[in-house]
Amino acid sequence: MAAQLDFKELQDLAAEILGIEPEQVQLEKSFAKDLAADSLDLVELIAAVEDKYDVELPEAELEQMKVIGDLWTFLEQKNAERLEA
Amino acid sequence: MAITSAYRTRSDALPLRSFKTKGRPSAIASVGAYAPDRIITNFDLEKMMDTSDKWITERTGIHRRHIAEPGTTTLELATKAARSALDAAGITAKDLDMILVGTSSPDGPFPSIAARIQDELDAPGAVAWDMLAACTSFMYGLATADSFIATERADTVLVIGAEVLSRMLDYTNRGTAVIFGDGAGAAVVRTAPKGSGFLSWCLGSDGRGYAQVTCGNIEKGAYAAKDPNPHIEMVGPDVFKFAVDIFIRQANEVCEKAGVALEDIDLWVPHQANFRIIDAAARRIGLPLERVAINIDEYGNTSSASIPLALEEAMRKGRVKTGDHVLLAGFGSGLTWGACLLKWV
Repeated sequence: MAAQLDFKELQDLAAEILGIEPEQVQLEKSFAKDLAADSLDLVELIAAVEDKYDVELPEAELEQMKVIGDLWTFLEQKNAERLEA
Repeated sequence: MAITSAYRTRSDALPLRSFKTKGRPSAIASVGAYAPDRIITNFDLEKMMDTSDKWITERTGIHRRHIAEPGTTTLELATKAARSALDAAGITAKDLDMILVGTSSPDGPFPSIAARIQDELDAPGAVAWDMLAACTSFMYGLATADSFIATERADTVLVIGAEVLSRMLDYTNRGTAVIFGDGAGAAVVRTAPKGSGFLSWCLGSDGRGYAQVTCGNIEKGAYAAKDPNPHIEMVGPDVFKFAVDIFIRQANEVCEKAGVALEDIDLWVPHQANFRIIDAAARRIGLPLERVAINIDEYGNTSSASIPLALEEAMRKGRVKTGDHVLLAGFGSGLTWGACLLKWV
């Protein structure tokens, strides 16, 4: 993982999986309401995120995530932990 | 302690076993398929349980599934597919050295369906047995056929995948009842010219994921637990992740072993478990859907029958030509997986 995460990369990844434009992927956007992501979209997104960022996203954690910002915060936290280690 | 609630091991942590074929080459000479006439649509299911056409279509890509009349045997379906494959190959059952039936829904513990088909086809003497690797059974069967031909222990092998899964469905469980269907497919595998036929294989299992897709009592099994009415259960999201991942890795493995670039795959025939799994994997493999054989909309998930059912349809529609690189790939309960790359004869 790079020292600083690039939000653009997450935008591109989410856009490809959800079949939308990268600009639509914004921190305050809700997965379900704004981006019309259903449960399988989220599973696919999580699998791709786990791959790309080499993190594990527990089911319980995922259930708490409502908007893109929640996912972004999780990734930044993981990245910070890694940089400290 | 085995992992029972969640299968967290990502498949990229698994060592994959893959091989370039050796010895005498073999190829799929013909394919036959059969599905029962009776069709259950999503709209029929709406009347039977709390579900909707929209929900099923969006999450699975399934519109209809063929469901056998109650009392239909897996043997009946398997025999029809077998006869059709023999006819298409222009051979008779007397030419067979081996009959392999992959099924998760045998009509009983024994005798094997293969033995019963052998009697139906009048092919005494051939080696005949059933094999169970759930939805991957047909791939394991093809691999076994290829191995026996490669080592000159057989010249002609009939591989069948046949299922009557409808008798294992709980029509109050909308997570599984809407997904599965009945059907059968068969392939004649014969010796092939050098450089053609099966080029490479990737086969494996990970028993740590045994609880992900089950039928009957999970820990003891349906027989030991005296489970009178075993039903299919599945941990959907985990299987989805595993499936997408293993499809991508298998495609890479067999192409690498065969020395064929991913973009040179002319047709991918995946196990038809869920359109969303196929679509997600195809995108990440880099294959346009025009080069993927998909008929899950019509049949649902027919387990070991799904690959030959989709392959037969693709061949009938002229989508498979001599010299084409054809990728067959499956995964299933176990967890199991299997894929091969063929240069079509």
